This record gives sequence, C-alpha cells and structure tokens, in this order.
Amino acid sequence: MAVKTPLYEWHTSLGAKMTEFAGFMMPLQYTSITAEHQTVRTQVGIFDLTHMGEILVAGRQAEQFLNYVATNNVSNLTPGAIQYTLLTNENGGVIDDILVYRVPEGFYLVVNAANTEKDYQWLLRHAPEEAVVTNLSSETALIAVQGPDSLPVAEKALDTQLADLPYYHFVDQMYRGERIRVSRTGYTGEDGFEFYMPLHTAPLLWEELIAVGRPYGIQPVGLGARDTLRLEMRMPLYGNELTEDLTPLEAGLGRFVDFDKGDFIGRNALLEQKAAGVSRRLVGFVLKEKGIPRHGYSIVKEGKIIGHVTSGTLSPTLKIGIGMGYVDSPHAKVGSMIEIQIRGQTVPAEIVKGRFVTKK
Amino acid sequence: MEVRKGLLYSKEHEWVQEISDSVVRVGITEYAQDQLGDIVYIELPEIDAEVAKGESFTVVESVKAASDVYAPVSGTVVAVNEKLEDNPELINESPYDEGWIVEIKCDELDLSDLMTAEEYARYIEEV
Repeated sequence: MAVKTPLYEWHTSLGAKMTEFAGFMMPLQYTSITAEHQTVRTQVGIFDLTHMGEILVAGRQAEQFLNYVATNNVSNLTPGAIQYTLLTNENGGVIDDILVYRVPEGFYLVVNAANTEKDYQWLLRHAPEEAVVTNLSSETALIAVQGPDSLPVAEKALDTQLADLPYYHFVDQMYRGERIRVSRTGYTGEDGFEFYMPLHTAPLLWEELIAVGRPYGIQPVGLGARDTLRLEMRMPLYGNELTEDLTPLEAGLGRFVDFDKGDFIGRNALLEQKAAGVSRRLVGFVLKEKGIPRHGYSIVKEGKIIGHVTSGTLSPTLKIGIGMGYVDSPHAKVGSMIEIQIRGQTVPAEIVKGRFVTKK
Repeated sequence: MEVRKGLLYSKEHEWVQEISDSVVRVGITEYAQDQLGDIVYIELPEIDAEVAKGESFTVVESVKAASDVYAPVSGTVVAVNEKLEDNPELINESPYDEGWIVEIKCDELDLSDLMTAEEYARYIEEV
C-alpha cells in the first residue's frame, strides 16, 4: 500500500494524474508536463516532494562519521550552509547523492526517496557509538517553490525576508506554531525554496503559497516536469545517471570528492580509478535531427556500441532531443559526434558541454 | 472522456472510421491521448507501407515515453496526416478529428473484432 502525503486529497481533487513512486502516491502531472515545465521556467511552480527522505545525524562523532561515509568534506560546512555529497560503497559506487545541512543538532541529510531506507540502514551499520542516526522521513513533509518568481511568493507566505538567504543555505523559522526549515535549493535550475515541516503543517503552507502565489501565476507541478526540468539543467538522477555500479568520477562529479580529508568508504577504489583514468564517462548530448532519446537506448559510433543513454527527453524549452549517457572515454570529447539508436535507426547527436538550457 | 459514437475501437485504444468500402481512417482515442500526456513527436509511416493487424505501425512519443500504435486492420497506408509532423499536439487537442493518424486501404475489410463506442466506453471503465 503506497503512502499518501498530507497533500494527497489536494492533488486528486485537482485531477492530478497520480503515480506510485518509491512507495508514495505522487502527482505525475496536473495539466500537462510541458505547461508545468514552462510555468517553472517563466513564473513559479509549487511541488509536493514529501517522498524525499530526511535523516538526522547527531552526536559528538557526527562530523567525523559523515566524512567517513560521504565523499565531500562536511567540515567545510558553516552553520546554515548546505553541501551536495555522495555516499559511496567500498568500490566507489554511488549509494546515493544527497544534501547535507549543517544544523544545530548536527547534520540533516536529504536523500532520494527510493534510497531512504537503504541509506538509513547503511548509516546505522557504519555509525560509531557517538553518532546518532534518526530517520525523520515519515514525520517530515517537503514542499518546494521553484521559478523566477519564487522569492516574493516564499517571502509573502512566510511573512519574512529571504532575499539575503544565499543559494545552498537555509534558515529555520516558525510558521503557524511549528518550526519549519527553509532552504534555497532545488532541482530545476531556477531560483527557489524548499520547506521542510511536520506533516500537519503541509496543507496550511501549501494553501498559503498557492494563495499568495496566485498573482504570480503559481501552478502545481508534478514529478513529470520535475524530471524534464532537472534534465535540461543536466542534473543527475539517482537510478539513471548514478547507481552503485557507477562512481562519482565516471559521473563527472569529482569536485564533490575530497581525497585530502582523510579516509572514507570507497576512497581507495576511487583513488585507483583516478590514477588509471576512467574508462567511461557521463556526457550530455543534443540530437541533430528529429527524435527523442530515452533511457536504455544504445549510443553508437561508426557502427559500434560505445555506450547507453541514461536519461533523455524532448527539451520543452529547446524543442530538440537532449540526453545524458555513459560512453567509453575515448569518445567522450565535447564537440564530437555520436549516434543514438532509436528503434533501429541512428540519429546523429553532438556531445555538448554544460547545461542544455542556460539562464539569463 | 469522449468516446465518439459511430466509430469502432480496438483494445489498444485506436479508433477506426470507415470512410469507404475498403478504406478506414485510424487514430488514437481521447482516453489514449490522456494516458500518454503531451504528445511531442510522432513517427509517421510512409505512404504505401504495408501494415499488419495487431502490429505496431507508428510510434507516438509523449514527454514521458514512446508508445507503439497498433494497426487495427491489415492493409496499405494510403494517406498520413502530415500536419502531425509539425503539430503532434493535435492528437491531444483533437484526437477524433484533426488528430487522425493514417488511412489504410484493406483488401478485405474485417472489423468484426472491434468494439462499438458503447463497448469501448465500458472497456475503459474497467481498465
């Protein structure tokens, strides 16, 4: 039986198409993926992301422990700051990509919904005596507003000033008698905020955001558009671009791996891989002709399979096929031409650098 | 969800309209386009292509996924809706009219195992 978020009734009464994702009934789309996508690029969208996992790591050894299980260096985090990091296994394979918030009690981890239980068990298994790991997921709701107009909407709803909150920082504040966590983060490439709160607060804040957002054209946005939005920004999705068989180095996330901080799980394997050079690499590509790349399609060059597509779509902004995929390293150069195999035909594509859609 | 009277329907959510003794027009139903979501691309068959009943003859792609469209009859493609090349969203907006996909000429028109509008309406209630 899939879990219903506190906003479930709200979604279904709006006629959202619901889908089961990571054990939760979540809205896939309300009206149309492309319309919702456009709303976030040009105005402001609101998302129910309650399926995401939240895990608190507290205690005297919390910092040391997190530096041992995650690749980035949490000691660099100042209070109120947030860091992107990866949990890796002994082989350097990615267990999850997560956000770490430095909170007064220790560290607040935001993890992928499908990995919440796996991450929690992994952390419990490796935690020293003086690091306390608590899974807060089932008591935490998450709502996001994303888009160029998200600042005034968030400020009005919370009746506070948020303009000075830097990207990848958060602040805790009271809302209707509850402490909620407000962070300037997101998965769309737009300015935006994410709000963590007790379950019963979610409908109150949701309705308030919708009410104050109305003049800005706020619309609810489902998981369908969340995927196309992140893909245009070339953000990796766990399960597609990241798996336990792929390393942060292969995924081009080496800047989130700190080899100098001391030992961590996977360090030796990653050091070895770094010295030897990776044999495959994550690339982004755009199709040069009509067609839509999809997860699992082969990437070929001169008749030989050189890799596979991990994510692809027709970019709602650019109206062309875009995608990411792993290719053998010799073929991963920016500017080189590859072909995507789509139903027996090959469609030429070019490997490109950086985000597919750049913001003004 | 409109199920248009007078058309015949397949279990794979195609509609069939008899336009002469041997030619049918084919599209996908309102229900099918709603399930797919925004259609952003269609790979139309060539004129004169042979299609076999029950086999995929074209692919429609929504933002989320690529889906086969199955031929409800066997025959030869005699017309394709070229407007869909540049405006595949016509399938979403007008699945029974502007969003028709192909016309197929059949040597022997056999529509016996297709559903009536009433039967199809019940069918989608149950799925």
